[in-house]
Amino acid sequence: MSNTATGGRKIELWVGVLVLGGLLSLGFLAFEVGNFDNARVRDGYRVYADFQNIGGLTLRAPVAVAGVRIGQVTGITLSRDSFNARVELTIARHYDNLPVDSSASIFTKGLLGAQYVGLEPGSDEEFLGDGDEIEFTNSSVVLEQLIGELLFSKAEEAAE
Amino acid sequence: MNALAAIGRFTLGGVYHLGRCGVFLCTMLAVISHAWRRFALVVRQLYFAGVMTLLITLVAGLFVGMVLSLQGYYTLVNYGGESALGLLVALSLTRELGPVLAAVLFTGRAGSAITAEIGLMKATDQLAAMEMMATDPVARVVVPRFVAGVLAVPILTLLFNVVGVLGGYYVGTVQLGVDSGVYWASMQNGVDVFEDIGNGIIKSFVFGFVVSWIMVFEGCDTEPTAEGISRATTRTVVVGSLSVLGLDYILTALMYGGIS
Repeated sequence: MSNTATGGRKIELWVGVLVLGGLLSLGFLAFEVGNFDNARVRDGYRVYADFQNIGGLTLRAPVAVAGVRIGQVTGITLSRDSFNARVELTIARHYDNLPVDSSASIFTKGLLGAQYVGLEPGSDEEFLGDGDEIEFTNSSVVLEQLIGELLFSKAEEAAE
Repeated sequence: MNALAAIGRFTLGGVYHLGRCGVFLCTMLAVISHAWRRFALVVRQLYFAGVMTLLITLVAGLFVGMVLSLQGYYTLVNYGGESALGLLVALSLTRELGPVLAAVLFTGRAGSAITAEIGLMKATDQLAAMEMMATDPVARVVVPRFVAGVLAVPILTLLFNVVGVLGGYYVGTVQLGVDSGVYWASMQNGVDVFEDIGNGIIKSFVFGFVVSWIMVFEGCDTEPTAEGISRATTRTVVVGSLSVLGLDYILTALMYGGIS
């Protein structure tokens, strides 16, 4: 490609700057603004957990053990016969030593923050694998229900 | 009776215009391979369309990011949520403002210029002269400008986003006192590489395609008079900007609004 065709070195140089700037921006956006760790856990195994109430849990919510993010929520469906929420958790492949008697709970980050699934490791010798189900689950705490129960019990106390 | 005919004429004119627009796209896509065979022409147009729009895009991005940060802060601080400032700025920019504003700025700065350039070439019979020399003016003049436009808009959008995030960072942390670690952390926790940034890039490609299509079509469709050129230039800016805004709504509804 000769210089005369593009109209000189200056133009080529500036277009190079433009394209390079674009690529650097893409890198900056992908690694600094977004976080690749945050992207879908592609290489992971799936486990399932049934909850009576998932509150405000959403897709892509984190799954954490001891506060460390190890995976994310990849599916939420309603079980047809039990009317429980069936949550699909995808956990990164290298956390493959979660005992089968681990329990799952839905917690809230801070008072009004987003909800996430916290796993409490059990003590069994066997580990969870692809397609397994977590049997011990605690539903999310629904604040309105809690307040309602409190008021109800107070009213009963007062009536006695 | 005359009014009826006027309505008919208006409708037919509109349909005719739209039809020519579609046929034009097809003739252009038929010879699009010329852009790769003579890539030097595209590079040259990238300079005029892309590099020349760089300054206005960067300055606009900086101020948009700064004002987003400022306004977002005053809303968030009422709820004690100023820790989410980084997320607000980054999501607004990558999802909507970056692609839309960069495309609108491109339409105003480069689109109008290219329409006027091609229009004047047509008015002064340069395109006809090319045809007489057995050079296809669509392949030689139109395609490089179109391809350069399609490539330039996403690049400008990415730069707009980065500068906007940095501008928001400056206002948020240095001037308003949000912790700088919290600013980045909220951004990194909430921004998905594919969902937010990826969709933003897809949007900017669509906008780049539509805006470039409009600008070269209006140029070639110019009535070869001084008045015709001025009308074509105006139409590029008006139709181009409105298409970007309208398409943005449709794309957002398709990408984020669906009930999953």
